[in-house]
Amino acid sequence: MNHLIIAPLLLPLVMGAVIVIGVNRSLAWQRTLGLLSSLAITLMTAVLLYQATTGPIQMYVLGDWSPPFGIILVLDRLSAMMIFITSVLALLCLLYAVRGTDEQGKNFHALFQFQLLGINGAFLTGDIFNLFVFFEIMLLSSYGLVLHGAGATRTRAGMHYVMLNLMGSSIFLIGVGLLYGLLGSLNMADMAVRLAHAPADNAALLQAGGLILFGVFALKAALMPLFFWLPNAYGFTSAPVAALFAVMTKVGVYVILRVYTLIFGDYAGGAANVLEPWLLPVALVTLVAGSIGVVASRDLRRTIAYMVVVSVGTLLAVIGTFETDAIAAAIVYLPHTTFMTAAMFLIADLIRQQRLDAGTVLTPDRPVGQERLLGLMFLGGAVAIGGLPPLSGFTAKVMMLTGVQSSSAAPWIWTLVLVGGLFGLIALGRAGSVIFWKTVPLDDGGSDAYSKPPHSGIPVYGGGYVLPVLVLLAISPLLVLCGGPLSEFAAAVAEQISQPVQYVEAVLGGDAVALLLSAAGGR
Amino acid sequence: MELLFCACLGVLIACGIYLMLRGRTFPVIMGLTLLGYAVNMFLFVSGRLKTNLPAVISPDQAQYTDPLPQALVLTAIVIGFAMVAFVVVLALRASGELGSDHVDGGEEKKS
Repeated sequence: MNHLIIAPLLLPLVMGAVIVIGVNRSLAWQRTLGLLSSLAITLMTAVLLYQATTGPIQMYVLGDWSPPFGIILVLDRLSAMMIFITSVLALLCLLYAVRGTDEQGKNFHALFQFQLLGINGAFLTGDIFNLFVFFEIMLLSSYGLVLHGAGATRTRAGMHYVMLNLMGSSIFLIGVGLLYGLLGSLNMADMAVRLAHAPADNAALLQAGGLILFGVFALKAALMPLFFWLPNAYGFTSAPVAALFAVMTKVGVYVILRVYTLIFGDYAGGAANVLEPWLLPVALVTLVAGSIGVVASRDLRRTIAYMVVVSVGTLLAVIGTFETDAIAAAIVYLPHTTFMTAAMFLIADLIRQQRLDAGTVLTPDRPVGQERLLGLMFLGGAVAIGGLPPLSGFTAKVMMLTGVQSSSAAPWIWTLVLVGGLFGLIALGRAGSVIFWKTVPLDDGGSDAYSKPPHSGIPVYGGGYVLPVLVLLAISPLLVLCGGPLSEFAAAVAEQISQPVQYVEAVLGGDAVALLLSAAGGR
Repeated sequence: MELLFCACLGVLIACGIYLMLRGRTFPVIMGLTLLGYAVNMFLFVSGRLKTNLPAVISPDQAQYTDPLPQALVLTAIVIGFAMVAFVVVLALRASGELGSDHVDGGEEKKS
């Protein structure tokens, strides 16, 4: 058994606990531990990603209680990719956060480690009740992080976020209880096998259970009409937290992909493909609503928060066709959109600190101190996120649009994804021109910011401050340069997802696969 | 017994939802708590209702009750307690910071 699989959970758990104990020690000590832990997790997940890419699906059996009785962690290509994305993003966000965000309150570093524990756990678990437990760990630390640094708007947005998610957790348990009552198992692979043999009388209840769970996952992923908490919560929290949360909505996307291909997939008898009629329309409506939000926002951070909604809508619309090519294209788009929205949240924060009066609100203010640096970074981020060549947004979108070609919904997806992209460009173009060009004169009456040193009271960023943002931005050309291997990897991921038999075989062995296939053959 | 149990669940959930739709934080938290109780009872009953049966499998017992839902409920109760404690503290802080216990941080001005 490969013990490395549980390491991305154990390390943040232990480190988080150690940092909690030493909360009164110096900030430097907490920062060192937090950064070391994140760095180690990144290296471990890189190794796991390599193993998953080249090898079969691996399973980690806790306490050696063999499935379906014990708790298991499962590492396949999709979960390996997700934990790798999470840990790279977390490392960069933490590097940004140690430049001042973590001074605004105690326990930032401990919460950050527990957040990583929750996210990694949700990606790795092979058991639907543990998915609930890891969701709760993730949410409880995210409540702390959203409110970190306080402020009235942050508290108000946090309040909505917390209450909605508490309600979501209750509904999650109703869905889990319903499915357990009917199937008698919580192991996802075992549920798939049992669902294939479930009596036809129970089909309606099983479908209800599946769709109740979809309601919860839609809340996590921020699908219409359950995304209204997101713009405020993400828009008003501190920048590194918002950047890290770019991956939290992707947890919802991941879970939808996992549960509705594995448990409620082709073999699920009366509840087979229960989500297929729902996902695509809901995702397209989300895309439209998000795009309207993007152009309607009067604050750069809210614009970017709505772009998170748009990216979730795009991803799930493409996944909603449930075709292997389309899923592969979505897998290429997923890292791009996660890293680029995170980069834009950080750039917006850099801009905010240099615009003393307006912050990120889109009204004219005195010019920012480092116009060339911030302007170029904003341009790079906008080109990538807007989907213009030559950066990764363009290649990923082309792949998605060709991937859905054979679907009957292709005209809808094409139109809405392209119009959504146009809206994003309009919004970012307008934001950039207001922030960088439509400036009011400096205090001494001059307007030529280029020839003057920055006006007083503005923080000037050194190389270390902007480095995490530059690295995040550099991922975009990297994704284009590695386009060949990346799309091959994505195709391998999609192939694994669309064949749940592989997953069942890795967890329960060949007999269970025979059982699963016999049900499909007998129908 | 099934009917009584279902009726209890229904009343709890109905009251919980009604309270959650109120405008002030305290009723909303009460509603979340009631919903949490209802959900815990629902989870418990997912192992079917049986009386006077042990949850431990042994050779001299012909029948036993499903022990797993009991473990699940225990987990759910612990998590639920932590969440309620957190949201109470958050509500107190919000009413201190925003000067109102309305869930939106202040009521719309009547014009």
